[in-house]
Amino acid sequence: MASVNLVYFAWVRERIGRGEETLELPDSVVTAGDLLAHLKTLGDEYEAALEHENVIRVAINQEHVEHDEKIAGAREIALFPPMTGG
Amino acid sequence: MAPVTVRVQRDDFDLAAEVRALSAGRHDIGAVVTFSGLCRDEAGTLSALELEHYPGMAEAEITRICEEAVDHFALQAATAIHRYGKIAPGENIVLVVTASPHRQAAFDGANFIMDFLKTAAPFWKKEHGADGSEGGWVSAKDEDDSARDRWSKI
Repeated sequence: MASVNLVYFAWVRERIGRGEETLELPDSVVTAGDLLAHLKTLGDEYEAALEHENVIRVAINQEHVEHDEKIAGAREIALFPPMTGG
Repeated sequence: MAPVTVRVQRDDFDLAAEVRALSAGRHDIGAVVTFSGLCRDEAGTLSALELEHYPGMAEAEITRICEEAVDHFALQAATAIHRYGKIAPGENIVLVVTASPHRQAAFDGANFIMDFLKTAAPFWKKEHGADGSEGGWVSAKDEDDSARDRWSKI
């Protein structure tokens, strides 16, 4: 089990119902994609937030990553929708 | 490396002051381009945009984009300021200032920074309706991805 800080933004944050949390992850969670699949098993709010997994963006330690990126050693993992700044 | 100034702030900014700060004491700059993005009222239906951001990563990502632009277009300086919080129609949202010896690099650099900022800087807009309703989150546009992708050809 590894402990990781998760942060959520925009409608991902609203649907999960909190902006951040610390979770213990099973060893079977290796990549960012594994993390999304794992979170979806934790409750309806995660299922609703992460329903369209392919549109969810992931950042590890404040840098964008693809879903196949390994999360080992991550201090902070952020999940959020496509960005709409500017 | 040319100076890169990046700020993420709630307060408004002053275009003229940012141009002065970027060019102060220099005699090598031949062109300064400024781009500012404002909040539209969407034909009277929108009372405000609320901008959420990822503190820390927003600054880091915009800095990465500006440094890439400086490197790619040999800019002499670049400034990018992005606001967060509630912003009313007519107010500023974002400012990009670029400097180069000749105009084309400054134009291209500002364009490049905005195209990547829109698709990679962690900001999200929520609409507030003129009728007092809380609207939805603004959806990302395919044309913004296309605008970014055209730079992969250079």
